[in-house]
Amino acid sequence: MNKVIRFLPLVLVIALGVVLYRGLSLNPTDMPSVLVGKAMPDFSLSTLKDAKSNVTNADLAGDIVLLNVWATWCPTCKYEHPFLLELATDPKLAAQVKLYGVNYKDERGPAQQWLNHYKDPYLFSVFDDEGLLGVKLGVFGAPETFVIDHKGIIRKRFAGALDIRVWRKEFEPLIKQLINEKQQGV
Amino acid sequence: MFNKLLMIILVAFATLTVNNPVSASPVDTFEFDNEVTKIRFQALSKELRCPKCQNQNLADSNSTVASALRLDLYNLLQQGKSDAEIMDLMVGRYGEFVLYRPRVSSVTYVLWFGPVLLIFIGMIVVISIIRKKPKSKASLALNSEQQAKLSELLATSTAHESSSNSPSKQKEKE
Repeated sequence: MNKVIRFLPLVLVIALGVVLYRGLSLNPTDMPSVLVGKAMPDFSLSTLKDAKSNVTNADLAGDIVLLNVWATWCPTCKYEHPFLLELATDPKLAAQVKLYGVNYKDERGPAQQWLNHYKDPYLFSVFDDEGLLGVKLGVFGAPETFVIDHKGIIRKRFAGALDIRVWRKEFEPLIKQLINEKQQGV
Repeated sequence: MFNKLLMIILVAFATLTVNNPVSASPVDTFEFDNEVTKIRFQALSKELRCPKCQNQNLADSNSTVASALRLDLYNLLQQGKSDAEIMDLMVGRYGEFVLYRPRVSSVTYVLWFGPVLLIFIGMIVVISIIRKKPKSKASLALNSEQQAKLSELLATSTAHESSSNSPSKQKEKE
């Protein structure tokens, strides 16, 4: 018994070491999204192109939607922009999946300029200069991409830049599944 | 000279550590119609964590998401939402993570009750050690045979000392 107790501190220290070592490799910014499985939050905002226009959830409803949160102050958005264009110009995909933008905490002038200069992959961008739609979506920063199904339920939140690797691994299977669901009318 | 130097060091230290009013918190120009709402806004923005910069609360952070959340918080307060409603809403968007004081739930049991449990275990260990002590002292006590031997030894040594009258002993007496 005494011999066991003598080794107890050593065992405890090793256990603590294992726990702390594991903590080193965890990504603290990798947050689970609570919104997955919930309905797309309500909003009523203008589009980026037209300050007098008004768009709401109803404008996104009925389709499988990719909602991309972007801003001109976000360098990673610039990195992923060519890939978004690729997605938007893929006729097979564009028939099934609609790509919309949320211009998050940005200014209208520079953002319009950005789209003119780099081309516009979005059907439209919601102009969320105050970031209130972003807050409702639980956005941490930009870029973030949400997948919303045809019933208006958020099915995925992805924080970070989209590229072909991420797309194949994280999005394609889900999109296929959603297209199936929509066709079967689940 | 030394006192003056000490004073300067102390004053410098105090200005560094004491909560000086000119802190680096971002400034918003929200207008509140009453003092209570203002105080609630300040309290809530200290309770809520900035999602992007995880070691800062909303009040301290300058990040875009924190400023958007402060605006949202202001709007919710102006709409007359209660503190509990606002907390629920924030948790609904960002998860338990936004609360600096996490709620008691099955996930946070370890967090809430772990320290109490550790103190309890510590107390048990301490008590068991304290209880053990008298026992070990009892075993150190001399039995009658040893006691007799001791008194015999003492008797001979005092007899020896009184006869020789060592100088060191005398010094001690002085």
